[in-house]
Amino acid sequence: MSLILLIEQVLNGLQLGVMLFLMAAGLTLVFGVMGLINLAHGSLYMIGAFAAAAVAGATGSFLLALVAALAAAAAAGAIVELVVIRRLYDRDHLDQVLATFALILIFSEGTRYIFGSFPLYLSIPDYLSGPVSLPGGIQYPLYRLTLIGIGLAVAVGLFLLISRTRLGVQIRAGEADREMVAALGVDISKLYTIVFALGAALAGLAGALVGTIQSVQVGMGEPVLILAFVVIVIGGIGSIKGALIGALLVGLTDTLGGVLLPELFKLFMDASSASSTGSALASMLIYLLMAAVLFWKPKGLFGGAA
Amino acid sequence: MMRERHLNLILLAGLLAIPVWAWITDEPFTITLATRVAILALAGVGLNIALGLGGLVSLGHAAFFGIGGYAMGILASHAQNYDPIFTTPFLFEGTKSMPVIWLTAIVMGGIAALLIGLISLRTSGVYFIMITLAFGQMFYFFSISWPAYGGEDGLSIWVRNGFPGLNTLDPIQFFALCFVLLLLALGLHWTLARSGFGLALNAARQSEARVEAAGLTPFRLRLVAFVISGMVTALAGALFADLNRFVSPTMFAWQMSGEIMVFIILGGVARLCGPVAGAALFITLEHWLGGVSDYWHVFLGALLLLVVLFARGGLIGALVKKEPAHD
Repeated sequence: MSLILLIEQVLNGLQLGVMLFLMAAGLTLVFGVMGLINLAHGSLYMIGAFAAAAVAGATGSFLLALVAALAAAAAAGAIVELVVIRRLYDRDHLDQVLATFALILIFSEGTRYIFGSFPLYLSIPDYLSGPVSLPGGIQYPLYRLTLIGIGLAVAVGLFLLISRTRLGVQIRAGEADREMVAALGVDISKLYTIVFALGAALAGLAGALVGTIQSVQVGMGEPVLILAFVVIVIGGIGSIKGALIGALLVGLTDTLGGVLLPELFKLFMDASSASSTGSALASMLIYLLMAAVLFWKPKGLFGGAA
Repeated sequence: MMRERHLNLILLAGLLAIPVWAWITDEPFTITLATRVAILALAGVGLNIALGLGGLVSLGHAAFFGIGGYAMGILASHAQNYDPIFTTPFLFEGTKSMPVIWLTAIVMGGIAALLIGLISLRTSGVYFIMITLAFGQMFYFFSISWPAYGGEDGLSIWVRNGFPGLNTLDPIQFFALCFVLLLLALGLHWTLARSGFGLALNAARQSEARVEAAGLTPFRLRLVAFVISGMVTALAGALFADLNRFVSPTMFAWQMSGEIMVFIILGGVARLCGPVAGAALFITLEHWLGGVSDYWHVFLGALLLLVVLFARGGLIGALVKKEPAHD
């Protein structure tokens, strides 16, 4: 295992991590502000990817595709919030789980009905394709590097939004005391719709960005959704900072575990059983990480009273 | 309005009468559908012990369902290949005997539930939902990436396992086995709900502090309920694998956890026969709507949404109107 390969894998882990952050940020905001567990967040990711693939196919422009992904996911999020989600805020978590599970069924089959069962492909634009040379002679795909950049930029933007803007003040106040915020004249149901649409837009953006390196297909959202759950459980539900740290931890653990564990087992096993044992264990690694964090801190790393 | 007890009897009698009628008129496919209902209802009864009695919203019960399935798959595949599972420290061979397979499934499901419960039950509310979901996924990915037992392709068993004195290849006899196990599990739920343990568990759901003040440990009560729940669902998994003579990682998939939960909701939460009504409705819808449209999940989703938003008692709640007995 060379150092260059290791650095490449660290970058891959970072890339997975920041994309998970885009998903986890929306989930954790929606939970922190509205107290809602939303299984259909993965469907919004899928909608973003499909909207991007459709627009990129029609116009050939990657930027337009990203705009379409943001708009489609935000619109879908706002509609779902207005029609279904707002009836669930004062229900128990069981009702929320089931209603959003029902939304997944509707979104997945609806998408299959419109786009068919075959995966779509979203290609990387020419100006972002190909490798770049990093210091130390490392060749790394420019597109993946761009993803890391976009993810970090969104993270910074989100921190500024929450800590510096009027909307951010309202969001933080809404987390602390919903009645008081309403009494002070903030339209709380509009705030909820905006927060939900914001989370949806982030998920849609992640879907479109990841859709170019994987295929765009029905059911693509749920594996990412579950990883995002692991992220916010590790980070602490409701905490944006926790979501970022958790996402990077999960991204790095998953990527490096998949590479390093088989190598580790080769030290004392034959090559083929080392790679099968190693990869089987690597697939469980993030869940073991989660179990360890919870054993030590049941509310997650940055979780307050959730 | 109907009494819940009468409705339960009608439901179970119906679940028995339909396959018997199908047996008389020689329609084995209907018997298989009824067997599916009985097995999935059994999985739901398992979850209902944690969810209905204990208020534990586990979205990871596919883990136990899959463990039961793989207990059957691994034991039977070793037996059909005449290849012992391990020889040291003692000889451990596969088996084609259902009682042994069931016992193994129940024990393995119980051990897994104990380990998952020890960690997950330290948390509550939405954390618990997400953690059980994540543990379910852990088993799913492990079963895909572990190549010894088929990996992603799963394991096929050529001949259904045997039960002493019965011909399990005959659909009606296999149905009878599953139906009896379902009745036993319902009896277990009924007994638990009325026992001191069940009352304490229900009290812990409503007011944790009071139960502690009475000198009981809510964590321990919940852990016991979770383990029993995992055992019953694992038994259902073993039967489900035997019904299909096939086990694959899809039994561990999180959609499976969701579906088991859907059975309970469609039927009615905390109702003894809620999972039976729910599984019957689910399979009927799957069969009919699946024939009408390839996209029947849209209708299922819409129905589920309507039940959650507007008819919270589910099927049994709509017919009985009275609140569940212990609320």
